[in-house]
Parts: sequence; C-alpha cells; structure tokens
Amino acid sequence: MDTMRDRFITTASRLLDDDPRLAVVLAEISRDGFDRAERAHPDRVINVGIREQLLVGAGAGLALTGMRPIMHTFAPFLVERPFEQVKLDFGHQGVSGVLVSAGGSYDWPAGGVTHMAPGDVALMDTLDGWTVQVPGHPDEAEALLRQAAVGEDKIYLRLSLQQNERARALGAGFTPVREGSNGAVIAVGPMLDNVLAATDGLDVTVLYATTVRPFDAGGLRRAVGGRETADVVIVEPYLAGTSTGAANDALVDLPHRVLGLGVGKAELRRYGQMDEHLAAHGLDPHGLRERITGFLGG
Amino acid sequence: MTTKTAAPAHTYRDLNRLMSLMTGDEKHGPAATSTLDALWVLYDQVLRVTPDTVKAPDRDRFLLSKGHGPMAYYAVLAAHGFLDEELLPGFGGYESPLGHHPDRMLVPGAEIGSGSLGHGLPLAVGSVLGLRAQGLTRPRVWVLIGDAELDEGSNHEAIAYAGPAGLEQLHTLVIDNASATFGWPGGIASRFEAAGWSAETVDGHDHEALYAAYTAPHPGQPRAVVARVSPKN
Repeated sequence: MDTMRDRFITTASRLLDDDPRLAVVLAEISRDGFDRAERAHPDRVINVGIREQLLVGAGAGLALTGMRPIMHTFAPFLVERPFEQVKLDFGHQGVSGVLVSAGGSYDWPAGGVTHMAPGDVALMDTLDGWTVQVPGHPDEAEALLRQAAVGEDKIYLRLSLQQNERARALGAGFTPVREGSNGAVIAVGPMLDNVLAATDGLDVTVLYATTVRPFDAGGLRRAVGGRETADVVIVEPYLAGTSTGAANDALVDLPHRVLGLGVGKAELRRYGQMDEHLAAHGLDPHGLRERITGFLGG
Repeated sequence: MTTKTAAPAHTYRDLNRLMSLMTGDEKHGPAATSTLDALWVLYDQVLRVTPDTVKAPDRDRFLLSKGHGPMAYYAVLAAHGFLDEELLPGFGGYESPLGHHPDRMLVPGAEIGSGSLGHGLPLAVGSVLGLRAQGLTRPRVWVLIGDAELDEGSNHEAIAYAGPAGLEQLHTLVIDNASATFGWPGGIASRFEAAGWSAETVDGHDHEALYAAYTAPHPGQPRAVVARVSPKN
C-alpha cells in the first residue's frame, strides 16, 4: 500500500493539472516526488530550498494574489519552526491556504525528536479558524486533500506513516464505528485500529474522527446519548489531552469525565521503531485497553 | 499622481500637515520622516495603483514590511486618496483603522499588515510567484524594509531565494537610517548583489536619485534600492 505522503504527492500533482489556482510550495522535502509536476507546472511547483519561514511566507504571498497554496514539509518544520508565519501571514493577513505535513509524532523514531511534532495540533489550537484534519488512511488523505484544494478554508492536513488497515467513509463529523453503552471512545485518524483492538468485547461506543478542528461537539453529544453522565476517552496520535478541552466544552451541560490519551510530553530520548514508541506512550492495543478499562471501570 | 475623487490632488508640501494630524506636532524628527521621501516618490511617480485599482489583479503592489512609525505611510496614502484624511486624527485610537502598525484588513490601500519584522519580503516573494503563475508579468511588487529589520533571518531566506529564482518583478526598498546595532560591514547593497540582485544605494531624500534608482532596468534580476537617510541616533 502507498503511504499517505505518496498519495498526497500523486493527488496534488493531478490537482495541479486541473486547477490553475493551485500551487505547491516545498522546502526540499518530497521534491523528488513532485519532479513530473514541477516540469509540467514550473510556475506552480515552487521549491524554496531549506527555508521554512520563506515556505510559509511565500505561500501566504501566493494567497494574497488569489492563488490557493499547498505548503508541505515535515511537521516540525511546517508548523513549529515557522509558527509566527502561520499565525501572522495567514491569520493576520486574512488569507487562507493548505498546510500538509508528513512525519507526525513518531514516523521516524530513528531520526529522533528533531523530526517529531507531537505538539503540532495543540499549537494550531492557539489560532483561530484553522481546520485540522488527521486522516487514518491514504484514501482518506486523498479525499480530504481534494476537498481542501477547492475550498477557501485554512486547513492543516496531518499525514503519517501510521495508518489503519482500511479506509472509512468520511462524514461531516465524527463517525460512529461501534455502539455501546458504557462510555464513548474517540479514535483520531491512525489510532482507530489500535482503539478497535483495545476495546474489543467492551461495551463502549467508538467514534472515528479525522477532522478534529472544528471539534464535532454535536457528534459527541449524540454519541453519549440521553444519559445523565458521560465518560469519554479521546485517543489522539499527538500530544495527550490536546482535545480534552474541546470535549469538556462539548459536554458543558452534562456531568462528565474525560480521559485524554496520546503522546506524552516527556522526551523519550529513544530511537527504534514506531511500534516501540506507540508502546512507550501506551498507545498500543495493550496499553490502551489497560487505561481505557481502568478509566471506565470495565 | 491623479485621483478620481473631486478633492484637489495633494502635493509633497501637504505631507507635513497630514502627519501633524496624527502626531499633533508641526515638526517631525528623522525617525518619523525616514521613509517619507522614498514613499512619496514611489507613490507619486512609480507605482501603478490608484484608489480605484486597489483590487485590480494587475496593479503594482507596495508592501510596508517595516510597520513601525507608519505616519509617513498613512500621510502618503491620504495624499493619494487611498484613505480619507479625516481618519488621520484618530491615529492609534480604539475606533480608528490606523494603528501604530498597519493592518491590511483595516487600511484601504495597505497590501499587508505588519509590525513583526521580517514578514514582508517573504510575502513579496510569494506575491511575485503568484502573479507570475497567473501570467501577470507586468505588475511590480515593492517591499519596504528597514536596515535593522534586515537583521531578521527570514529576509535572508527570501533574498537568497529571489536572486537565483530571477524574480524580476520583485523590488526591495531598504530605508537605511543606520539603526542596526551591528551594522552591515561591506554595505547593505552587497548582501543583495551577492545573491544575484541588482542593487543601488542612493540618498534617501533626493527625489531625482530615488526615481532614477526605482526605474533603472534590471532584466532577469530582482532589484534592491538602499535609501540612506539621517541616522536614527
């Protein structure tokens, strides 16, 4: 199977053929993949070198002239390093564009913490008006990218190597995958397969989320039903607790508890493989089951 | 420059009065006027943009990156009819669109909001790329930065890219009032030239010299004009 990043490259290349308003801005990362597209559209596949402030600033400049920029590099260099450019050159200037990251929180553990961005979504949460999408499969990444390309919104599309076995149909909000009565578990993007394995045989509702901002408050309220209290677990492939506040806001009228699971803040200082990092953060099926049942009393 | 409004066209002599509406002072020191002549010549003789064409895709664009001390900018915009001079006395007030740093969403004719240094040049690079991608090779993009603003690394990302990329539509105006603490040994222009730009240094108060530098041909290269003005300190 191709990766989400592979699919991003093939899809964006095709979209460039059809939509003259689109431009892809790169900072060396994934440049080889866009080789054909760059030859076909030399003015709309723009590599600025290893210059991430310019990557985002120039992308916003394109938007000022009416273009729809798609800016891409690894997550720490797209969102964290040029964060002020994301904040000011898009938000303050009042223009929009599409940020597409690769690498996620632990795609390349052997590369160490410099190439990990577990804090990216929390950082984007400090800004107004960004849609944040975390697909769990290349087909979902393609569908979300196609929507993003024709829209007018500010979008952060977070791609990772971790992916689910199969793609899900994407609805407008959170999609119920499993129905139960003893609490709701929201699985974000590539966490779904591990959440399904972890909750196998448990009487819980499982919601699947790819668009996490805006947070589907209505979907969560519907999932917890007409009960007097609600227990909610959110499993995110980035910083633990990133969406806890959003879930609290969604359930403000209902006594509730929320457990936020995700990547820990402490730097592991470990290399190795993705599975080892998932286990270290308690995001493998075993670690998830232990914490989910501990919380729900199942 | 002519405007389509019925009001009489302002002249260079009006700028001091317009600035006084904001500052309350009749006299303005070097800090407030460092950009005044450079801006006046640009808007009066070079930029192909009027209050009627601020949304036209093929207009020239002026991006004020050094957003500090924008009174001269607002005065020039008012003199050319982009904004109503009645707005000037409210400068910095809660109800005023005119802040101590400009906001493009509030100020008619302002292409960007600025204040945090080092954002304008990358935005200008992207603007040129966007125009070029749409086949708009006639519009010119100008960005004004300060010599101290040049400290910001983001400028150097843009300078190093724009030269080799041959962004001929891009123009950087550096107002040099010697305010960079560590200076620019070898000169500011040399930084641009080393990156493949066409560059020239002129007296920032000499209108003829400014005009000549602004309009000199620079085929295949972006252009930098360093306007030297009185030192800040």
